[in-house]
Amino acid sequence: MEVGGREKMNRGEQGFGIVVTFCIMFLFWLILSGVFDAFHLITGGICSAIVTLISHGLLVKGRGERVLPKSLRLLLYIPWQLWQIVLANVDVAYRVLHPKMPINPRVIEFETSLRGDFALATLANSITLTPGTITIFVEPGKGKFWVHALAKEHADAHLVDKTMQGKVAHVFMEW
Amino acid sequence: MLVVDVTVAILLTIGMFFMFIGAIGLLRFPDFYTRLHATGKCDTLGEGLIIVGLIIYHLFHYPGTPLVTVKLLFLIIFIFIANPTAIHALVKAAYRRGVKPWRWGEGRR
Repeated sequence: MEVGGREKMNRGEQGFGIVVTFCIMFLFWLILSGVFDAFHLITGGICSAIVTLISHGLLVKGRGERVLPKSLRLLLYIPWQLWQIVLANVDVAYRVLHPKMPINPRVIEFETSLRGDFALATLANSITLTPGTITIFVEPGKGKFWVHALAKEHADAHLVDKTMQGKVAHVFMEW
Repeated sequence: MLVVDVTVAILLTIGMFFMFIGAIGLLRFPDFYTRLHATGKCDTLGEGLIIVGLIIYHLFHYPGTPLVTVKLLFLIIFIFIANPTAIHALVKAAYRRGVKPWRWGEGRR
């Protein structure tokens, strides 16, 4: 996904990104290997360093603003999202098993106030996982979404109610 | 232990039920986009439930290796991130290629 927010990072922020990425990679190695002798620790350190060299710019982009409250809000958002996934599955199961297959697909588009990379990706994935909708396109500059909806009520959930957009905007503090 | 086994069996059954629904949806739905609705969503929850069942089973039957449950947990997280992303990529590619969405009243494709 191509988005703005690609300002030149200064040295301090880059160093911060490298340290955070290395710590995450090394922790991940420890969890996956589960062996804590010298050989495995050193190998893990080398591998984490290589991964960090290649991809530190991907994971952490600068220091970010208000990371802690955003993470907390994201944690609160996830249970709601899980419940939406359950609803989505029951809904699809109903439509699949119904003899007449009550679907009336359509493509809708709407604009949101979101601009950040992570916020847009979260909303796109949330839309795909919630009842009857799949994200087709995202236009980052305008925060515009094209969505394929399985039936009219699913489309209305995004065109009229806008519950999810509000929740994601709340999580990432972008109104 | 019986309670654990029954819980695991229920979770696995529900998970398999949703995977099964996904397969039926793949066969019944009329076009590419609607089929992805069925497979994408049902796979996500189905796999999630099956892995949760496996985690509970492992925790109670093999408490000596707790790291395995952490790995399974990672699997769930990655599936929940990768699955919607993959669906989105497929749909986007199809839409770019000009695959027309099915409308109510048209024949099956």
